[in-house]
Amino acid sequence: MKYVDAFRDGALAAGLAQAIAREVEPGRDYAFMEFCGGHTHAISRYGVADLLPRTVRLIHGPGCPVCVLPVGRIDMAIRLALARPEVTLCTYADCLRIPASDGLSLLKARARGADVRMVYSAADALALAERMPEREVVFFAIGFETTTPPTARVIELAAQRGLANFSVICNHVLTPPAIEALLAAPAADSPGRPRLAGILGPAHVSVIIGSAPYAFAATRHHMPVVITGFEPLDVMQAVRMLVRQVNEGRAEVENEYTRAVTPEGNRKAQALIDAVLAPRPQFDWRGLGSLPASALRIRPAFAAWDAEVKFGLEDRPVPDHKSCACAAILCGAKAPTDCKLFGTACTPETPLGACMVSSEGACAAHYNYGRFRDPAGA
Amino acid sequence: MSCPPYARPLDLRDGRVDLGHGAGGRAMQQLIAQLFARAFDNSELGRGDDGAVLPAPAPGERLVMATDGHVVSPLFFPGGDIGSLSVHGTVNDLAVMGARPLWLAAGFILEEGFPLADLARIVASMAGAARAAGVRIVTGDTKVVEQGKGDGVFITTTGIGALPAGRDPGGARARPGDAVLVSGTLGDHGMAIMAQREALGFESAIVSDSAALHGLVETLYAAVPAEAIHVLRDPTRGGLASTLNEIATQSGVGMMLDERAIPVAPQVQAACELLGLDPLNVANEGKLVVICATESAEAALAALRAHPLGAAAARIGEVSADSRCFVQLRTTLGGRRMVDWLAGEQLPRIC
Ligand code: SF4
Repeated sequence: MKYVDAFRDGALAAGLAQAIAREVEPGRDYAFMEFCGGHTHAISRYGVADLLPRTVRLIHGPGCPVCVLPVGRIDMAIRLALARPEVTLCTYADCLRIPASDGLSLLKARARGADVRMVYSAADALALAERMPEREVVFFAIGFETTTPPTARVIELAAQRGLANFSVICNHVLTPPAIEALLAAPAADSPGRPRLAGILGPAHVSVIIGSAPYAFAATRHHMPVVITGFEPLDVMQAVRMLVRQVNEGRAEVENEYTRAVTPEGNRKAQALIDAVLAPRPQFDWRGLGSLPASALRIRPAFAAWDAEVKFGLEDRPVPDHKSCACAAILCGAKAPTDCKLFGTACTPETPLGACMVSSEGACAAHYNYGRFRDPAGA
Repeated sequence: MSCPPYARPLDLRDGRVDLGHGAGGRAMQQLIAQLFARAFDNSELGRGDDGAVLPAPAPGERLVMATDGHVVSPLFFPGGDIGSLSVHGTVNDLAVMGARPLWLAAGFILEEGFPLADLARIVASMAGAARAAGVRIVTGDTKVVEQGKGDGVFITTTGIGALPAGRDPGGARARPGDAVLVSGTLGDHGMAIMAQREALGFESAIVSDSAALHGLVETLYAAVPAEAIHVLRDPTRGGLASTLNEIATQSGVGMMLDERAIPVAPQVQAACELLGLDPLNVANEGKLVVICATESAEAALAALRAHPLGAAAARIGEVSADSRCFVQLRTTLGGRRMVDWLAGEQLPRIC
């Protein structure tokens, strides 16, 4: 762990914190959005906010794939698993507890007899299908560009091997359209919504897509972007770089995570995705609404492995819980404690909104790690 | 004097558990006599009665009773198996009450079709663990469920121990200012199980810390005044995080921990990173949490460290006054965060 420890060193952090404190200009507000749930988790897990000046505010963004997945998609998976006894539905652990309609979740559907299993990777799901030829194995794929190449790869492999009992419900979403939506929405000026001064760009996503796809933020929206790793010192370093851009009136895409991210990204992975998946015309995001070309579906050439086609699945949109403030939280207009349900009706044990499910969600991160900051009795 | 009622011995090499082994007839008698009684070998069990007759404790001592069900999968894992684990689990429940564990009762729920050879291995391991811990398995029960209705073997152990006068550790006794100690690295057992179960194939095999802790507890009591030891706990499921939250809630206090002081083995840390888990939420089966008066903390720590099971013991923080009962942590980075109960089941993150 020597390698990782170097990115969590308290002395280095204190030095960086001092440097940031020296560089922030009085009277300026530095509201930076960490787009990615991985950053949200790291910031809470290591208490990064404690080391930053008050005027530097970190705002959770919509980059937790569990948080932005609309309920209708989970409902779809649950309906399939409950209606078809021959189906084994497998997915990543985080998805199992996402609250769905009728008080259900995939975990609760399992308790009602559905064959729902947790896998660590898309490859595990494929292996499961090969081990159980008598079952229909359906992989519920979720995630941003990071987890997309493995999904594309298993579809390609299933096709090559003629594996007829494997299919995928593809829920992969794209980062740049979400950032575009955040920056372009008229709500950007709505009350309560902070004026963003910069964006902490995702690390793993950018390993795949590179840094170039964020250029629009800088050029069209004059928004500084710094792509950064998930270690707490990475985050602090990126904050410092954003503070400098703001102070100097620059808006550029900078890369703090040069140890893994290049401008053009991983061309091979991009080609793989492109061969198997194509943009959906529209896709619903929790919190952001329906965004054009913001998600991926399986290309018709691979329809035999597309569970939506194979089982004729229907995507029925479901409104969010009336009092759930997830939507406002995901775009920075509200903090978790602004939600009436936070910590009372909605807790990690009884999540009502998706932000409370994954530890990368803003509400769960605040509940698990940051609650002590709230005024007593809150 | 006993009459030999069985024509042929139990086939411990190729035989399998069948429903007859739980039916109360000859086959069950055979299983008990040829496997359990032989392995656990003591006069109380040897009488073959429905219960065990036990001597009263010494004057001034009280009895402590604890019970624990074991449903681990896989049944065999690096560093132990369900047999030794079922002994350690209950021995430790008694030990953290301050008691000297004396007797165990064991209940087996076996699944039809389970290989007798595996059962024999498990029973031998239980017998070995009990012998090493100085406790006797004096009574028991066996049931067999149909195939598909069990997971091979479930074992419930119930233990009785004697609590010497003057000892009274309890979860409600933590006081602001007390020191929080742990006896060694955290998360080893849970990670060993997870690595096996999910076939993660880590290069360096992670070994469970499953162990009986009563010796360590006795060492501790020998080194510091009994009244200075306020709380003893073994942080099993839910890990250290849940254990400390339990204590904080019971005592109506908070805690402040220092992340840098908390011992975690590098391979466990690495596995946790990979799966997106926090070692503070991962189970232990051979670790002790001690909350003691601060003036006794150094002596307690030295005593723990002098014992083989406490070589990596550390003082990880202190109890604070906090009406909200929050367990907090100063991170390696120098920030602060809460250490909360584990929510639901421990599930790895996506990316
Ligand atoms: S506390 Fe729960 S209901 Fe409220 S915004 Fe967060 S996730 Fe939604």
